[in-house]
Parts: sequence; C-alpha cells; structure tokens
Amino acid sequence: MMKSLGSIRRSFAPWADPASKPFISVKNVTKKFGDFTAVDDLSLNIYTREFFALLGASGCGKSTLLRMLAGFEQPTSGEIILDGQNLAGIPPYRRPVNMMFQSYALFPHMTVENNIAFGLKQDGMPKADIAERVGQMLKLVKLEKFAQRKPHQLSGGQRQRVALARSLAKRPKVLLLDEPLGALDKKLREETQFELMDLQQELGLTFVIVTHDQEEAMTMADRIAVMSHGKVVQVATPAEIYEAPNSRFVADFIGDVNLFDGTVTAAEGGSVRIETTGGIALRMASAEKPASGAKAAVAIRPEKIRISRQPPAHAPINAAEGEIWDIGYLGDMTVFHVRLKDGKVVKASSLNAVRAVEDPLGYDQQVWISFGEDSGVVLKD
Amino acid sequence: MEKWSRFNIASVALGFGFLYLPIVLLVIFSFNESKLVTVWAGFSTKWYSQLWHNQGLLDAAWVTIRVGLLSATCATVLGTLAALALVRYSRFRGRVLFSGMVYAPLVMPEVITGLSLLLLFVAIGLDRGFWTITLAHITFTMCFVAVVVQSRLLSFDQSIEEAALDLGATPVRTFFAITLPVIAPAVFSGWVLAFTLSLDDLVISSFTTGPGATTLPMKIYSQVRLGVTPEINAICTILIGIVALGVVVASIVTKRREVQREKDERAAVAAIG
Repeated sequence: MMKSLGSIRRSFAPWADPASKPFISVKNVTKKFGDFTAVDDLSLNIYTREFFALLGASGCGKSTLLRMLAGFEQPTSGEIILDGQNLAGIPPYRRPVNMMFQSYALFPHMTVENNIAFGLKQDGMPKADIAERVGQMLKLVKLEKFAQRKPHQLSGGQRQRVALARSLAKRPKVLLLDEPLGALDKKLREETQFELMDLQQELGLTFVIVTHDQEEAMTMADRIAVMSHGKVVQVATPAEIYEAPNSRFVADFIGDVNLFDGTVTAAEGGSVRIETTGGIALRMASAEKPASGAKAAVAIRPEKIRISRQPPAHAPINAAEGEIWDIGYLGDMTVFHVRLKDGKVVKASSLNAVRAVEDPLGYDQQVWISFGEDSGVVLKD
Repeated sequence: MEKWSRFNIASVALGFGFLYLPIVLLVIFSFNESKLVTVWAGFSTKWYSQLWHNQGLLDAAWVTIRVGLLSATCATVLGTLAALALVRYSRFRGRVLFSGMVYAPLVMPEVITGLSLLLLFVAIGLDRGFWTITLAHITFTMCFVAVVVQSRLLSFDQSIEEAALDLGATPVRTFFAITLPVIAPAVFSGWVLAFTLSLDDLVISSFTTGPGATTLPMKIYSQVRLGVTPEINAICTILIGIVALGVVVASIVTKRREVQREKDERAAVAAIG
C-alpha cells in the first residue's frame, strides 16, 4: 500500500466515502459573459461541514462560481443543487447561504449592531431574539465594545470581523467567503486563518472560500479545487495537491517545483525510468506504467533535493553534478540554485536546523544534487 | 503661505469685482432712502416694509415657491431613477442613446426647450398656467439631478447592495434601506440644485405660463421694463440672501461631515496603533 501523503491524519473525509451524499452539487455548470466563458462545464461536490477552497489566479472563474452559489449570477447552463434543492431561478434573498464580501460591504450608515441585525430583521425575527443573537455574534468576534460604532470608526481587522459576524448571524447552511482576508496585513491574516478554522469547527458549518493565496487555501481548507480558465484542474486535500499534483499546471501553481522533462525508457515493477533532456537518468516510483518512448515530466519539490559535495551512492541514477549559482537565505531555510551541466537551474532548499554550520556551501562550489525514488511525481505530458 | 504679489492682489480684486460689484450695488441701493435708484439719499429699510404691501410681488413669490418645491421634488424622484437606471443596468439596449437624451436639456438653449414645451402643451390642449410651468421645470431640472446622483452612484460600492440581498432583503427593501440612505446627500444636493434653477428661471417660465401664473423672475422682468424701483432691489436682495444661505448651509453640512469622518478615521487608526 502507498504511504500516506503529507503528515496530516485524515479523520474527516466524506468525499472518500461513496455512501455520503454531497451537500452542494455543481453539475456541468457553464457561465458565459458574451463571448467570454468564465466557468466552463464545471462539476464539483462539496460535503456538509467541509471547508472547501476554490483556488486560482484572477480571472480563473472562481469568483463567478461563488457568485452563482450566492445567486448573483445565473449559470448559462448546468445546475447547482444545495441540500437536495435545485437553486435555479432562486434569487439571492431566498437562498440559505450567506456571503462574506471581499470589500466587507458593511452598510456605512448603520452601526455595527445594526449591520449584524440587518439579516435577522429581514426574516422578521422578534426583537428580543435579534438582540440576543447580535450579542452572541459580537461576543463570537470579540467586538462587544464596538456595538455602537459605525464602520468608518473601525480598523480593517475589526471591519473584517463585523462582516464575518453579519454573514454568520442568520446561521446559514453554507458560508461563502470571497477573499475574506485579502485586505489584512500578513500577521493579522495568519491569525485570522486559524480563527476562521476554529469557528468553522465550532459552528459545524460548511465554508466555501475563494482565494488566490495558496498558503491560505493550504492552511484552512479540507479540500482545494485548483481552477484555471473556468475549469477545475484538480480537487484534493492540500497534502495531495502538494505531494501528488495531477498535472504540470498544479505542480507549478502550488509551491516551488523543479520540472524535469524527458522520455520514458523503461517501466518495471512500480517504478519508471526516465531519461531527461539534460541527460540525467531518473528512477521514480509510479503506480502507472507509461509506455517506453513516451514523453513524461518529473516534478520534484526543492525541499526533497539533497545537496552534497560527494556523489551519492546511487549515482548516476537520480543524481546530477552542478555548481551553486545563487544562495537565498530566508532564516528558517536556505534556498540554493544549482546550475547543472546542461545549464538547467535546479532549486534545492535545506532547513537551517542548527544555528552555526561548519564549512557552509558557498557560491560557485561544485556539488551533487540527488533525490530518492519517492520524492518526485511522474506527470504525463 | 507665500507673500501676495501686487499682481495677485490685482487679479483677485479684478476678478471678484467683476463678479460681485453689480450685486453689491444692488444690495446697497436696496437700502436707499430715495426713490431714484441711482442717487444715494441715506440709509432706509422702507422698501422692504413696502414689499409686504405689494400684493402682486407677494403672489408671484408664492407661485415661484410652489413651483420650485413641487418641480424640484418631482425632478429629484425622476432624476434619481434615471441615474440608477443608467449606472446600474449598464447592459441594456440603447443605454448610450438614453443617457445622451437625459443630458440633452443640459446644453439645449432654453428658448428651444421653452418653445418645444409650449408647442406640446398647445398640441395636447393643456391650459397654460401653474401646472404647465411646473411640468416644464421638472423637465429641465431633472437632468441636473440625474448628473449629480449619477456621479455619486459611480463611486458607490455595489457590493453593499448585494450584501443586503444576500441577507434576505428584497430589491425594493434594499433600495430603501441601503441605497437611498447612502446616496441621500447627493439626492438632497440634486434637490437644492433643481429648486434653485426653478426659482430663477425666466425664459422657460415665460414660454409655458398662462393667466394667473406669474413667477417672481417674470414679475421682476416686467416691472424693470417700466423702470427699476428700489422695491425690486429689495426683493432681489432677499433672493440673494436666500440663495447664499442655502449654499452656505449646504457647504457647512458637507464640510462638517467630512471633518467628522476624518476625525473618526484618525481615532480608529490611533486605537489600533
């Protein structure tokens, strides 16, 4: 059996269970704006209590998909089913979902309290219940003292919390978050990421988040859908996306990667031999058996490449000689750019686990790079 | 601040003199004792008290105010709706034509607007008088309101309307609970502008008026043709006072809101830092 990817123990995985029913089902949805296809025949399943991220560069259609879930856009074709109900033709104000907007979209003329109460008032909830719920929400986002303030009297982080409280006040079945942390600075963003995760666990809600920040998606989401040009390229857990990307696009989009293009020379018992265009002989573990002579690429993450002064024992397989071209010291780790004989530059990173290193690697040094059979992913081209 | 050069002082004096000398003269002579407008004979407020006994002028003022209030209010409603349609539903067919047509009265010579309205009223057999003047004023002030409200709507974050819809408010509720309160200052400015324009309109009123509906500018104009009296100066001074007061109040309200907002924002920033 294959080793488990990453180091995260999976206890929540309804998508792996064929008996579980999806909570949100996006079926062959296409959205066109004139000649432009924003979302292209897209299908997805999202499960109850899942923290689901739509990740992609701007213009990939992720926000359009979210807006179709919220009801601000109607699919050109295809359907969206939420909890067994087809959402076609249902306007945003009758959908059991709420959205947190990128700009927060707080009502500028209302106090924090009234902003949070707005949705409850629309439902005709009794006044006493509204006051109680608003109190709970303010406590949840730790803004009790700011109930009477107007949005422009708050800091960016506080506004973000008001927006969150307002979108959660109606206890929606699904919370949609459109780049919810985009306007916060880095430190606050990282804190808020964990707060959002805790909140989602505590309330037992389904969250669908749109983001272009891969770290954000990796940190928070149970599963990530990587999108490009209106299509989903891969849907998987963060660890699977990182360690077993299904395509060049995903491998390249998430994190840093070294891609070696080459030709398959042999496929035997669970591993594949590939000769790269630069003349390196690779042997990679692979469940699939591509035919000899087929084009293939091997993706290896920088942290899985070792640098040594002496050739490794398995040389020349999974190893190559080169010289250190650039060194980037990041504190927690150091990134080396190693220039191979054929001119290809390979990134290798090493963790700075000790404070002082005797005889560190320097510029222009002749070194060997090497990697294990398990460290790379074979991508069909 | 740099020191004022003589050239600067001269420019300012000349510019402001050009703008305000006629008005200042008018105000001064409204307090003239003499009946002769151009000869100063000492300070007096008797022309102001005489105004109250000039029934013709008072009637005209009353007509003007009624026309102004009614037409400004209708023009504000229509202009706001037009601005909303133009900004929000940017994809509808014929939008360019429609927006051009809304703005046309802005640059149309008043004589033409007045004449065309007169022809319309005659053609449909509407009796000319108070209502035709009001209709005509709605027509030509509406586009000014549309321009003012449209410029506000362009900087309006539309996602707050989406947020209201998302939270369960119907489109109508969203408009009254969210959109209108936020754009209210612009709508109010539009109303003030429409009221002011209606107040001092002479040309279009003259074309569309009928028996028994004489506005103040028309009254003043017809009296001036018989010779300027100090009474006219007095009523003009009052008009100037009203308009100036309106402008000052409007700008103070705007300024205070801005200052308050800046203060709040600074306080919010200080609270985090």
